[in-house]
Amino acid sequence: MSTSQLLIIALVLAALAFFAGRARAWAVAGESGGIRSLHSLPIHHGAMVALWCLLPALVVIVGWKLIEPAYISAVVADTVPAEVSAKGRQNVSLYRNEVENLAADGDVSDVTDEGKRLLGERLIAQRSSSRIALSLLVIAIALGGAAFAYRKIAVPMRARHSVEGAVRFLLVSSASIAILTTLGIVLSVLFESMRFFQQVNFVEFVTGTSWSPQTAIRADQIGSSGSFGAIPLFTGTLLISAIALLVAVPFGLMSAIYLAEYASPRVRNIAKPLLEILAGIPTVVYGFFAALTVAPAMRDFGQMIGLSVSSESALAAGMVMGIMIIPFVSSLSDDVITAVPQAMRDGSYALGSTQSETVRKVVIPAALPGIVGGVLLAASRAIGETMIVVMAAGLAANLTANPLEAVTTVTVQIVTLLTGDQEFDSAKTLAAFALGLMLFVVTLVLNVVALYVVRRYREQYE
Amino acid sequence: MIHSMSTTTISDILTPPVHPTGLNGEEQMDTAFDDIKGTVGTQTVDDPKMSAHGVDVFYGDKQAIFDVSLDIGNNEVIAMIGPSGCGKSTFLRCLNRMNDTIPTCRVSGSMSLDGQDLYDPSLDPVLLRARVGMVFQKPNPFAKSIYDNVAYGPRIHGLAGNRAELDDIVTESLKRAGLFDEVKDRLDSPGTGLSGGQQQRLCIARTIAVSPEVILMDEPCSALDPIATARIEELIDELRQNYAIAIVTHSMQQAARVSQRTAYFHLGKLVEVDDTNSVFTNPQHELTENYITGRFG
Amino acid sequence: MSDQLSQPAKGAPERTASDMSPTTRQVTAGLARRYAAEKRFRLYGMFAIAASLAFLALLLISIVSKGLPAFTQTYMQLDVPLELETLGIDQQTVDGLLDGSISTQAIRRANFNGAIRQGMRERFPEVEGRSATRALYKLVSSGAEFDLAARVMDDPSVLGNRLTLWLPSDDEIGALVKQRADLSAPDTLVTRLDDQAIAWGAELKDAGDFDVRFNTTFFKNGDSREPELAGIRAALVGSAYTLLITFVLSFPIAVAAAIYLEEFAPKNRWTDLVEVNINNLAAVPSIVFGLLGLAVFINFFHLPRSAPVVGGIVLSLMTLPTIIISSRAALKSVPPSIREAARGLGASDLQVVFHHVLPLAMPGILTGTIIGLAQALGETAPLLMIGMVAFIVDIPQGVTDSATVLPVQVYLWADSPERAFTEKTSAAIMVLLAFLIAMNALAVMLRKRFERRW
Repeated sequence: MSTSQLLIIALVLAALAFFAGRARAWAVAGESGGIRSLHSLPIHHGAMVALWCLLPALVVIVGWKLIEPAYISAVVADTVPAEVSAKGRQNVSLYRNEVENLAADGDVSDVTDEGKRLLGERLIAQRSSSRIALSLLVIAIALGGAAFAYRKIAVPMRARHSVEGAVRFLLVSSASIAILTTLGIVLSVLFESMRFFQQVNFVEFVTGTSWSPQTAIRADQIGSSGSFGAIPLFTGTLLISAIALLVAVPFGLMSAIYLAEYASPRVRNIAKPLLEILAGIPTVVYGFFAALTVAPAMRDFGQMIGLSVSSESALAAGMVMGIMIIPFVSSLSDDVITAVPQAMRDGSYALGSTQSETVRKVVIPAALPGIVGGVLLAASRAIGETMIVVMAAGLAANLTANPLEAVTTVTVQIVTLLTGDQEFDSAKTLAAFALGLMLFVVTLVLNVVALYVVRRYREQYE
Repeated sequence: MIHSMSTTTISDILTPPVHPTGLNGEEQMDTAFDDIKGTVGTQTVDDPKMSAHGVDVFYGDKQAIFDVSLDIGNNEVIAMIGPSGCGKSTFLRCLNRMNDTIPTCRVSGSMSLDGQDLYDPSLDPVLLRARVGMVFQKPNPFAKSIYDNVAYGPRIHGLAGNRAELDDIVTESLKRAGLFDEVKDRLDSPGTGLSGGQQQRLCIARTIAVSPEVILMDEPCSALDPIATARIEELIDELRQNYAIAIVTHSMQQAARVSQRTAYFHLGKLVEVDDTNSVFTNPQHELTENYITGRFG
Repeated sequence: MSDQLSQPAKGAPERTASDMSPTTRQVTAGLARRYAAEKRFRLYGMFAIAASLAFLALLLISIVSKGLPAFTQTYMQLDVPLELETLGIDQQTVDGLLDGSISTQAIRRANFNGAIRQGMRERFPEVEGRSATRALYKLVSSGAEFDLAARVMDDPSVLGNRLTLWLPSDDEIGALVKQRADLSAPDTLVTRLDDQAIAWGAELKDAGDFDVRFNTTFFKNGDSREPELAGIRAALVGSAYTLLITFVLSFPIAVAAAIYLEEFAPKNRWTDLVEVNINNLAAVPSIVFGLLGLAVFINFFHLPRSAPVVGGIVLSLMTLPTIIISSRAALKSVPPSIREAARGLGASDLQVVFHHVLPLAMPGILTGTIIGLAQALGETAPLLMIGMVAFIVDIPQGVTDSATVLPVQVYLWADSPERAFTEKTSAAIMVLLAFLIAMNALAVMLRKRFERRW
């Protein structure tokens, strides 16, 4: 039985267990003076039996599936031909992969290479026995659990407490998924990055100025080292993000100021949702627009005034990204500006300042921490933005500060390195994870600082 | 000039009617409770600094001030007292057009500063507010340093030619507000870090830094403790030498201590105004007497 | 705010300088300059909003104007001789087809293309020479043979006779017909076609043999190398599967997490950590979630690449924070009096939440969920990481089949050099935006309909 079939069987058994448990509770109640004599409602007894049936079975399935690959691989290890094992770990895993693919359809009888056929047959045999064993085990455990709980049903049985305990446990585990996700991100990028840094020196990675991962495909090639200098990627990312912020911060901030301080309620009610549409448009749409409309227009305009503008210029990608971030900056700024107490504005008006003086010299300085927090969040978003730069920025790693030239970014390189055919152990692929680690760490720091600043700011005026 | 209004609410609030006291002047009161007709006392002064005549104020459809006429003289402190919601703060905010910031607010009648109409389209609210400063109920220092708080007004109005002049204005204002000695070592620290009383004196310093001609104070001590209140009251008395001051207060003792004239407002109407002494010792209107003797308020 | 405040004074007060206090004099002197600054500042604000909205308009107009033609397809009428010799079918097969002893699948690979070419040659008998005839054949879409095959397989009795039918035309001439271009004046046209081909087109047009119809192919087909055959069906189905997985995973987990954090969580460091984590995850770049998916689900758990199931898992991890945050807001807005009332009747903590609080908070939770799913629907970058960027012709049949999604299809087409793919890309974006607008409208409606003011 496949895993999904097994899951369905477990669910069906649990449903049956529920009805059986509920019926049993009714019967027990009937013998001892009616439903009110029970400590818990029949539905709770039913749920308890169902949980006893389902939960242990699920634990077994998940645990089994986690252990199975490693176990099978250990068992079949001696079937790998000696001449393959002799060539090292890398080759064994390549060989294994090849056989896995051959064995995927459950039949290797047409494979001509005898070693591969043998290994394939063993793999298939191991898998099928593992499947049978798991199926039997799961059904036994499900039935056993249900029977155990079923026998416990009695008048004083605190079924509600057990069920509620289980539900609480589910709630807590759901909340903990956030932590698991973060942990998963950290571990996965960290683990792969460490493998990368075994091949490429960390210092070289963060200080080198030449990025050319393609040359490193052949690990035996002399002089392939030195091509993983990520500085051009960092500067490219910074250049594009800076352009984006140069567009987004003034426009977003001025929009927020106008909406919060000047606009009539009618204008505000129309303009605000319209601005938010900009935030709801998928980034791939912006990328398409940047690559097919904005970038060529800029190149043509540059030609007209005698400037050479690359058709993948940092300027085009950065500007479109900036426009994408405008609503982000404006809604965060709007929040913090409206949080500034009216009394402070009154104090300024009472001294005879005009509205713009009040905004510029009193409201904005008071809201500054919140605005800075918002800008940091916007910066984090610009740095991590992927699709616009993948579609509109360049691939070549140029170390330049000229916004009219093409530059590449960290996210572009991650996508380029990881799409298409890949070999998981090569430095080229692992480099993507090292870049991902950098990206995660930088955005994490920005986010944590920004969230802290914004929270402190809110508390100040609450 | 006389607005009638339903005053069932007054009867609800008040203790059963007592005999009307003798009234001076032409205004004859039938009953003090059904209708407040006109104002008792002397509304005018010789050579007024500011003067209001027949002022009505509306918030949307709701009328908040009814036909109020009142002068504010030079070098005097006039106190405005009355129960909550009586319109005294609203009236005060009209005097420097702070009510402009409320979109639904509408003012009719005439108000003037040195004989010039406040609501004349040619009069600029910015200029008006530079001449008629205001201190608020809750201290509202800006999120800036002490120095910058005080320097804010002179800076926006361009009152100081250079840094030295600005320093002088700031020092002088802080001194006159009685705050300088307490903060002279930390002029760069934020104004929001001061104590409540200090913050309020900072706001007063900020107001006088612009050298206004009139200072309006909207319950300036209600958020302060008694010691801080006493200091502010002393300060108000000193400031009287140079400014006309109108102060709204909930505390009758404060009105008695700091003011030369007192105006009693009730439900949007100006009931009585006269020398502070005579208002407190010999109130002419029954509502005033009831309020002063603590029957309500 | 106030009109008076922002209006410049119409004239200086009529006072002589000697009357004025020094303050008045100095303030008056600066007024004009300050009001000019006021006006400028206000203009900056208006400009910022106007520019942002203008960009939005530009973006939408550019996409709609590029994408609209893709929703129609130009057809040309052609009389096709279905000679058995050309088709490469023998009489025996035809007999078998007619009496039903042979499946129609047997003629799927017949040379229908040849028949169409023959029809074209007969339509334009004057055309001679290899290169000219080849150019002539190009007027018909290379997908036309499938249409013809379908017609013949429907009714094999036409074999050996002539059949007049509407066939999709090539995208270059099709575009000109759609634009209602004046084919009699080739010099004015922007096209890759030569004057000869345009003249043929003009002849067909004058004969009324062109027709522009709604493009059903675009909604029926999967991806294709030929622009006029490429459709978004596979991507739509892939998106639907992915979104289904995302919903099934993220909704219950997010609601459970929100309930725990809002109703039960004790105030301690663990709860703080969870909260900080959720807020931070909401701001982690989406591509990092893609790396997580690649490293954990594909390389470690060996789930299939390019499959909606992995895409759904990754997207649900990504949307969880959004849904949790809005669900908590919805739970928080249920007044404590409801909880106290239920508790007063002896309900347990869980009964209070599940019987009373949760139903009342549900509209808000659903609104947040829909907005989260709309975000997931538009997401591209993490799906590139887990290989959902493949060229998918077949409609996926399940959550473990290789699939792509709508935004990724947009990305793939945007990279294609053919001009007609630009049109397709814009059209796919329009479909994507239509779904997003519908989802957001649904969320707004839910909020309006069930919004309670406590």
